[in-house]
Amino acid sequence: MALPTTTRSGKRNPDTAPTGRQGAGGAPPRRLTRRERIAVAVRRDWMLWLFALPGMTLILLFQYLPLANNVIAFQDYLPFLGISGSPWVAFDNFSVITSGDPAFLNALVNTLLITLVQTAFVFPAPIALALLLNSLVSERIKRSVQSILYLPHFLSWVIVVSVFQQVLGGSGMINNFLRSRGFEALDIIGNPDAFLALITSQVIWKDTGWATILFLAVLATIPSELYEASSLDGAGRMRQMWHVTLPGLRAIIILLLILRLGDALTVGFEQIILLQPAVGRDVSEVLDTYVYNHGVLGGNWGVSAAVGLVKGVVGVVLVLGANKLAHIFGEEGVYRRG
Amino acid sequence: MARTAMRPRLIDGQYRPHPGIRALKGIVLTITCALVIAPFVAIVATSLADQQQIARAGGMVLWPETASLSAYTAILSGGVITRAAVVSVGVTVVGTSLSLFVSTLLAYALSRPYMAGRGVMLWLLLATLLFTPGMIPTYLTVKQLGLIDSWWALILPMAVSAFNVIVIRAFFQNVPGELIDSARIDGANEWMVFSRICIPLSKAVLAVVGLFYAVGYWNNFFNALLYLNDSSMWPLQLVLRTYVINGSALSSDELGSPTEMPPGDAIQMAILVISIVPILCVYPFLQKHFAKGVLTGAVKG
Repeated sequence: MALPTTTRSGKRNPDTAPTGRQGAGGAPPRRLTRRERIAVAVRRDWMLWLFALPGMTLILLFQYLPLANNVIAFQDYLPFLGISGSPWVAFDNFSVITSGDPAFLNALVNTLLITLVQTAFVFPAPIALALLLNSLVSERIKRSVQSILYLPHFLSWVIVVSVFQQVLGGSGMINNFLRSRGFEALDIIGNPDAFLALITSQVIWKDTGWATILFLAVLATIPSELYEASSLDGAGRMRQMWHVTLPGLRAIIILLLILRLGDALTVGFEQIILLQPAVGRDVSEVLDTYVYNHGVLGGNWGVSAAVGLVKGVVGVVLVLGANKLAHIFGEEGVYRRG
Repeated sequence: MARTAMRPRLIDGQYRPHPGIRALKGIVLTITCALVIAPFVAIVATSLADQQQIARAGGMVLWPETASLSAYTAILSGGVITRAAVVSVGVTVVGTSLSLFVSTLLAYALSRPYMAGRGVMLWLLLATLLFTPGMIPTYLTVKQLGLIDSWWALILPMAVSAFNVIVIRAFFQNVPGELIDSARIDGANEWMVFSRICIPLSKAVLAVVGLFYAVGYWNNFFNALLYLNDSSMWPLQLVLRTYVINGSALSSDELGSPTEMPPGDAIQMAILVISIVPILCVYPFLQKHFAKGVLTGAVKG
């Protein structure tokens, strides 16, 4: 997601002319005063501002106004007193983090563990699938496989969790089959030991196909001359993969790893909150569910806001830091350093 | 596709993989696709199957012996599920229209290179991709705006997605400048350029972005969980959670059809099916535009 660095050149609105010179060959161009420039902009852009107004209002209301509400992290927030009436407690709310409250530590450890496992298993899956799809000769087979594999991305977590429950659950399809053949039933749903494997396979099922879009697009940009040249040099398919294909994917892989790092403390909130009742909080509590369970349900508003705030700040710092690292290693990262 | 240049060489044998490898690829892809499709087939089949067959299979069936629509008539005859489906459809339709309208206007304004204040607005928009406001502060905002227990709470917080605005903006920037210039010379103002030139030329991307928004509204269950205390206002996804994941049984008066009671499994599967069907309906038509839409947002920015 490269931030735009180029703006389309060429001012093609005839109304922009007043900023240039007036008349031909006459007096030298006069610099406009600040007030005149504003007047020009208002006359020229009022309609565009009107266009942008509803969208920017929604952005300010629901993305930036909540930033201000983070002040309750420093309050003993009581809903009936509101932000203006609740007592200030400085950094007291942050003590669950600094003093290592067991419930918080549990959530933190689970979050990091899930991130680690998912980076190891979920992240490479679409790369492998994209390489496989890319190696298909028939364009038609490739298209049909893609249409099928993109589909689960559009299903909600509620549906995905339901589907998994119906297939893998105690009275689900697979266990019925096993029992009818006289085998032991597998205990997967609601089994704390299988939780990590369960959520990881759900994420893979849902989003692997969709994530190939980006990799396939990058693979399509690798010049075919590179493959031809390497084959003239005697490279087989495996060597081509190692020396041509994977280097071609390097930049996008690094970019996605950086973005992932920024989300290291955010793991499938909707998914986990749906699975939590069956499996219990010990293994399934992550930072986001901690904030929900302790804040919205438990009424510890200030503490939860503090945890959420720290989580958000750490996330931004991680992205910026990883991006810096990418620059040091000569990669482009999320945005270019100007 | 740059690699189509290689195709002839693939055919003359030089690149054709070993038959064993080809068979392996075929098997892997078949299994992968089956893993995606099989659950859907089983869900639809179970929703149509009758009591005896489901009981014999002990849950899901892969093919209904005698198809019956009794599960569907039961849930769609005016009970809890019908109401939730209507809420979901309403929120999705209103939300998607609003989102498309607002995002398209914003994207158009941000695509005009001369607009004063464009840099600041673009920066404010893009910064939202980097950080998301926390759950608690957002909850308080929704509460301060008086949206708790209102369907607007399901729409307004997710009405503008920076990613989608950027996708649309990239398309508007690619509208040929000559076209806009000539319209201007003919006296068109911004609204006319927007509505008569940019919109008609961007139908494909608007369809894809519309789908992204619609899927977002249709699938969202957490906003409803957070902001709607009144369970009679719940959309389909929350009802789905109650009756399918948590396994609560629907009573006959909740169904609205006190006459006959189809098997519980069939009802659960029928609820799943009606929550998937709208997506399956639009999916084939928009599927071919996905890659383009996603990539404009992600690569070109």
